[in-house]
Amino acid sequence: MNRKILDLWVGFFVLLGIAALLFLALKVGNLSSAHMAETYVLEAKFDNIGGLKVRGPVKSAGVVVGRIAEIKFDPASYEAVVTMNIDGRYQFPKDTFASIFTAGLLGEQYIGFDAGGEEKMLKAGDRIMKTQSAVVLEKLISQFLFSKAADGQQDKK
Amino acid sequence: MLNPVNWAQKIGHATVERIWRLGFAARFFFAVLMYSGTSFRRLHLTIREIFFSGVLSLLIILVSGLFVGLVLGLQGYETLQRYGSTEALGTLVALSLTRELGPVLAALLFASRAGSSVTAEIGLMKATEQLKAMDMMAVNPIARVVAPRFWGGVIAMPFLAAMFSAMGVFGGWLIGVVFIGVDDGAFWSQMQASVDFRYDIWNGVIKSLVFGVAVSLIAVFEGYDSAPTAEGVSRAITRTVVTSALAILALDFVLTSFMFRGTS
Repeated sequence: MNRKILDLWVGFFVLLGIAALLFLALKVGNLSSAHMAETYVLEAKFDNIGGLKVRGPVKSAGVVVGRIAEIKFDPASYEAVVTMNIDGRYQFPKDTFASIFTAGLLGEQYIGFDAGGEEKMLKAGDRIMKTQSAVVLEKLISQFLFSKAADGQQDKK
Repeated sequence: MLNPVNWAQKIGHATVERIWRLGFAARFFFAVLMYSGTSFRRLHLTIREIFFSGVLSLLIILVSGLFVGLVLGLQGYETLQRYGSTEALGTLVALSLTRELGPVLAALLFASRAGSSVTAEIGLMKATEQLKAMDMMAVNPIARVVAPRFWGGVIAMPFLAAMFSAMGVFGGWLIGVVFIGVDDGAFWSQMQASVDFRYDIWNGVIKSLVFGVAVSLIAVFEGYDSAPTAEGVSRAITRTVVTSALAILALDFVLTSFMFRGTS
């Protein structure tokens, strides 16, 4: 076959391949929206993290502002230590409240930030003091059942 | 009669021969890498092979990708519907394609479409003593014939896998959004929220690159090592397809266990 036609076809092939990769990166993946160039690290301690996973999102007002980098167990205080990479563009006050929420009934769990009113901002490596653990469904149900049972006994008296 | 000594001898012989072949394949791989200079200095040799392994595989890769995406869309919808989360269809289709199905199926198709033809070509060249004739003319057959075919396959494979995945996502979108009526915005946004470029897509590209090296090496090696008869060539082609398929699936397991450790 003619070398020029061959070159043309291979060029076409490579361009198509690059187009497919770009489609995967920009339209399928999150390269366009959530690339966090500079991040800083925050820590938080939770009594119970439920089903929280590494690489899960950190959201504030519903917007993803960071990702969970590491989850460790602290043997001294018997608490879970969660390390997060937060987008460098966003700063949060010192008294920010970190809680673990679930997206939908069966969705993934994430950490939600509720900004407080303090003027000092959290710096890299700081620990968030105010946290709220994950809601464990079994605990909730058992609490509900116990309170129901207690109500029933009161009614009898 | 079955003589136990003879029998043990046969097992020993078969084992030694397998190991010898493995060592020969490794030495052959280094020889291909060493004589690769020619395939990049005289680039048109490699371009010609990219045409034969890559461009001519386009049709089967694109059509298979589309149909795999269509089936994933239908089956995924059918299952997700039970849990009332049909918006997750985009996530399901995109993750299964970019992580596993894209690289693996594209490599399997590539092995049977392009790998077999490379083996047949080199095997026939050997059977008709063209390789020996080249050697006589002081042309190194590994540099002139084998290395360009190897590099052609290695270069073509990641592109083909990416096209397969892209086509599959398009097929899933076609079934899910156009025919069934899943919400278009939710389909793409849920997909983008859960598909990570480095973790999912880039690992898929690395997988396809590894498969490309494995399939191309097996194809050129089986061709070069084939018995120089019609039967020998046909056996070499069968071995290429079988060994490539096994190598792809085994490598996929190893790569997956290193890349995706269930952290997400």
